[in-house]
Amino acid sequence: MDIVNNLALGFSIALSPYTLMLALIGCFVGTIIGALPGLGPSNGVALLIPISFSMGFDAISALVLLTSVYYGAMYGGRISSILLNIPGDEPAMMTTLDGYPMAKQGRAGEALVVSGVASFVGAFLATIGLMLLAPMLSRVAFQFGPAEYFALYLLAFCTLGGVGSNNQAKSAMAASIGLGIAMIGLDKTTGMPRFTFGELHLMDGIDFLVAIVGLFAVSEVFNFIESHGKDSAIGIKLGKIIIPWKSLNHSRGAMLRGSGIGFVAGILPGAGASLGSFLAYMVEKSVAKDKDTFGKGNVRGVAAPEAGNNAAAGGALIPMLTLGVPGSGTTAVLLALLLTLNITPGPLLFTERPEVVWSLIASLLIANIMLLILNVPMVKVFVRILSVPSWILLPGVTMVAFVGIYSLTGSSYDMLLMVAFGVLGYVCRKLDIPTVPIILGILLGNAMEDNLRRAMVLSDGDWTYLFSSPIAIGFWVAAFLGFAAPVFLRRFLKKPPLPTMDDD
Amino acid sequence: MRGDRIFGLVMIVLALGYILSATTIRSSFMSDPVGPRVFPYLIAAVTIMCAVSMVLRPDPDVEWPLGPMLLKLGTALAVLIGYAMTIKTMGFIIPTVIVSGILSYQIRPRPAHAVATGLGLGIGLFVLFKFGLGLGLQGLPKGLLG
Repeated sequence: MDIVNNLALGFSIALSPYTLMLALIGCFVGTIIGALPGLGPSNGVALLIPISFSMGFDAISALVLLTSVYYGAMYGGRISSILLNIPGDEPAMMTTLDGYPMAKQGRAGEALVVSGVASFVGAFLATIGLMLLAPMLSRVAFQFGPAEYFALYLLAFCTLGGVGSNNQAKSAMAASIGLGIAMIGLDKTTGMPRFTFGELHLMDGIDFLVAIVGLFAVSEVFNFIESHGKDSAIGIKLGKIIIPWKSLNHSRGAMLRGSGIGFVAGILPGAGASLGSFLAYMVEKSVAKDKDTFGKGNVRGVAAPEAGNNAAAGGALIPMLTLGVPGSGTTAVLLALLLTLNITPGPLLFTERPEVVWSLIASLLIANIMLLILNVPMVKVFVRILSVPSWILLPGVTMVAFVGIYSLTGSSYDMLLMVAFGVLGYVCRKLDIPTVPIILGILLGNAMEDNLRRAMVLSDGDWTYLFSSPIAIGFWVAAFLGFAAPVFLRRFLKKPPLPTMDDD
Repeated sequence: MRGDRIFGLVMIVLALGYILSATTIRSSFMSDPVGPRVFPYLIAAVTIMCAVSMVLRPDPDVEWPLGPMLLKLGTALAVLIGYAMTIKTMGFIIPTVIVSGILSYQIRPRPAHAVATGLGLGIGLFVLFKFGLGLGLQGLPKGLLG
């Protein structure tokens, strides 16, 4: 049994007291990050990468710490959804639909426990799925050549643009902005500088961490100031936390269905956790007999999207680890983390650095159990943290962003660049241009070009080589469909879930 | 409407500049069939296509900040730029106190709270980063330490 051996290897690393401590810290910090409105998994992890890197962690420690933050933030997002009706992050949006009504009815404790358990079920099943599927996929990925990889990157951009945004032109634009930025610096093949304009700082290219922290964290400053930083006062009284066995039992099916849907949505490139929780909620609503109670405080309306978004978070790790192609904003940030640590994700990762992969998987399993403990009996601690006012929180977050980049690069130039990305992020938000494709473009740009050029070297400049294998053609077709199909599906999919759905 | 159109036009200009700049990339003796210029050309072409589509079929306009709000955002931007320039020479604490105080005031205009936030974050974060996490930060201006 390969898996058992591998898991044993993983646990032998993950169960050391030091690693356990890191996982616990990560879970705790992550839950806080997820719970605070305006901070989600992607900007939370983005803020912490430069800091943990400057602290000099080794690869496994940094990976364990930050993936615990990632899982923790996915758990934490539900807390502010339920108590404040403000999703802590985008995937937690669907949880507000039934979570907040429940809280208003005085069932906040019940909603928090059920959603906590649902998060656990979703994340745990997805981690097991990751364990089983990822090695299989990595064996398939061994057969990918440069033509396949090029098509795969294209697929990621297309589905991200098709599924994740409202306007294809804008998301394709965002992707090409990112790719264009990635071209800055020395060309790897020829060693010639490109788009540096003689500026020495640009020779090495633009550090993707600078771009990520700017786009995800600094832009929040402007958004917050503009929205007057509405104070997040909790108007909901949270009573004693009792475990509502009846509701848990009642929502068992919802959790399992939500996990399955979320997991699949997570694996698809470009789909990610937001789609996972959305689909999980919609499916749960359509199979339920008591449809009309959804949106008015139905326990299953809390369980399904929470299981869905946490399962998607686990599923999204599969393409990221095996192919190096992230499926969502947060996994893009995690890819940035891997690249910073000098770990190249892809099929080779599983054969050459099994200790990295399997200790990561083992710590995900451990982190999940920690998170269940942190998020069910101890949820009150996090509720207290939620009452940190935004006029302290936001300056704090900004300073952390600066310190991170400053201690990483030590240059004012990079900090100014980060501010510029912050402005870009603000403008994009205003114009409804998604920022995730920009990040993905910066991260994947060089690899994408590299694969294109290697494919052309192999074929001696024959462009039809890009469509020469069945796998590559499959990717091209999927990319086209992923980009174009949502235009037609949008009418059905993007419908706000609040109005009644009579047509099924 | 206007926002999308302006952004689209700006991107068209930028993409044309990008193409122009790409033509000046020199090839070296290590060359491949594609070369260092083709991929940038492709990117610029896609950008122009998207930008044209944004100009021709813009989304409904959003509310842009005007007057005092624009001034507020401009101040925040100026403060952040100032912070990026001074943190190296002035040390961490003084710029952080000032900047986080101003940002705090902008979110909630209460001077006492803003001062407290500034002092608290400036000193608190310094202690956390320097002694808690062991990052190599400089607390005060270099001159003062002698």
